[in-house]
Amino acid sequence: MRKVPQIFWLLAAVPFLYSARPQRPKVLIAAAADLRYAMDSLVAAFDRTHPGADIQVVYGSSGNFYEQILSDAPFDLFFSADMDYPQKLKAEGKVPGAVNAYGVGSLVLWSKTIDPAIQGMHTLENNVIVKIAIANPAHAPYGKRAVESLEFYKLYDKVKDKLVMGENISQAAQFAATGSADIGMIALSLALSPAFRQAGGKYWVIPAESHARQDQGFVLLPHASGNADAQAFYEFVRTPAALSILNQFGFGTPSPKKP
Amino acid sequence: MIDLQPLWLTLKLALLSSAILLVIAIPLAYWLAYSRFRWKAIPQALISLPLVLPPTVLGFYLLLAFSPENAFGHFMDRYFNTRLAFTFPGIVVASVIYSLPFMVHPIRSGFRNLPSSLKEAAYTLGKSRFQTLVYVLLPNIRASLLTGIVLSFAHTMGEFGVVLMVGGSIPGQTRVVSMAVYDEVQSLNYHNANIYAGVLLVFSFCILLTVYLIRPPFDNDNLTS
Repeated sequence: MRKVPQIFWLLAAVPFLYSARPQRPKVLIAAAADLRYAMDSLVAAFDRTHPGADIQVVYGSSGNFYEQILSDAPFDLFFSADMDYPQKLKAEGKVPGAVNAYGVGSLVLWSKTIDPAIQGMHTLENNVIVKIAIANPAHAPYGKRAVESLEFYKLYDKVKDKLVMGENISQAAQFAATGSADIGMIALSLALSPAFRQAGGKYWVIPAESHARQDQGFVLLPHASGNADAQAFYEFVRTPAALSILNQFGFGTPSPKKP
Repeated sequence: MIDLQPLWLTLKLALLSSAILLVIAIPLAYWLAYSRFRWKAIPQALISLPLVLPPTVLGFYLLLAFSPENAFGHFMDRYFNTRLAFTFPGIVVASVIYSLPFMVHPIRSGFRNLPSSLKEAAYTLGKSRFQTLVYVLLPNIRASLLTGIVLSFAHTMGEFGVVLMVGGSIPGQTRVVSMAVYDEVQSLNYHNANIYAGVLLVFSFCILLTVYLIRPPFDNDNLTS
């Protein structure tokens, strides 16, 4: 019967079971979901020149990360899918340095069942298209661009009942890749990734003049202070080697670095 | 290559939450079972809220509470120098609240199903209320305690919505298995998603199987109420 107090001692020891910490600080990156595959390649390239660096990436929608960073989520770097969220963070005093662009994003139509290159945007009006996947325009920049583009082609009212929204661009892309949605308005960077090539779809780049220019910005966050690897990765992103990787994933070259 | 970290993290979260819950739930369940407090229905309803509330509602309120701009978050920041949003301690707090009914309910019914003569005999023999609780009542409701532990453990393992809202899927901190599955599906990485999902499925089944094997006559103390 006297076992009960012993159990409580055991339970009291549980919190101390987690305390091991690596000496070299980790780098935690919050990246817009369109970077899901491009960022993996960037990190791999960075690892080759900085062996031992521990870089971890969380993917999500830029708007979500914006909210989380405002609540002091422990990210070291933030790669947004637009310039607005990093600039808003800067205005809120959450960014010590400058807001720089790492690329210009493009929007594509991607479908497993139909070749969107044949009819372009008018594919969406086709009767075989029942569901169109886009990212949620409330907090995902690619979703905003998708809506702008639909409005530019005067298609929004015609197709709005077909729209299904992913929480971020990669969920929208997943809807299209699994065939749950017949077509998706997704990031070119995802369409060019090995996973989506394997999924066996066809894509067509939506003309850039139909939506606002999608400059994509990245910033170093206060959490990274004193973290040499985070600083080094921040510098690495603007090197020609990194930009050429981003180019392979369909990102346009950003305008020159501001002093 | 499959990353084992989410599995360990989930296990750690579930262990820690059930341990904390056990400590909180015993006095709470004792009070609910024996108190003659007139408005007992109110705390009872409050404790059961996580059963019916969408996890997003709970997550939303927790996120607000954790913010240093509000009283609780400010207090934690000022006196403990910790911020709970997007950290492991934060999801532990969330899990404790979220799984509270799963621990309190079985223990409370355990107490209530005990014949009152047991307690009365102990009092007559001069034992204090605390001694009676520790040496007479608790050993007699071991099965209910085990049910509570196992259910809150399993429920915490399967948590998703609350962790999504207050955790943010940070590797090693808040990226539990359910988050990892969500992430892997989004990257079209079905192989890894399958492994995580399979582990969770088999594990949860084994846990429930254990509960049902240990206590075959479940009728007098059903699983969730």
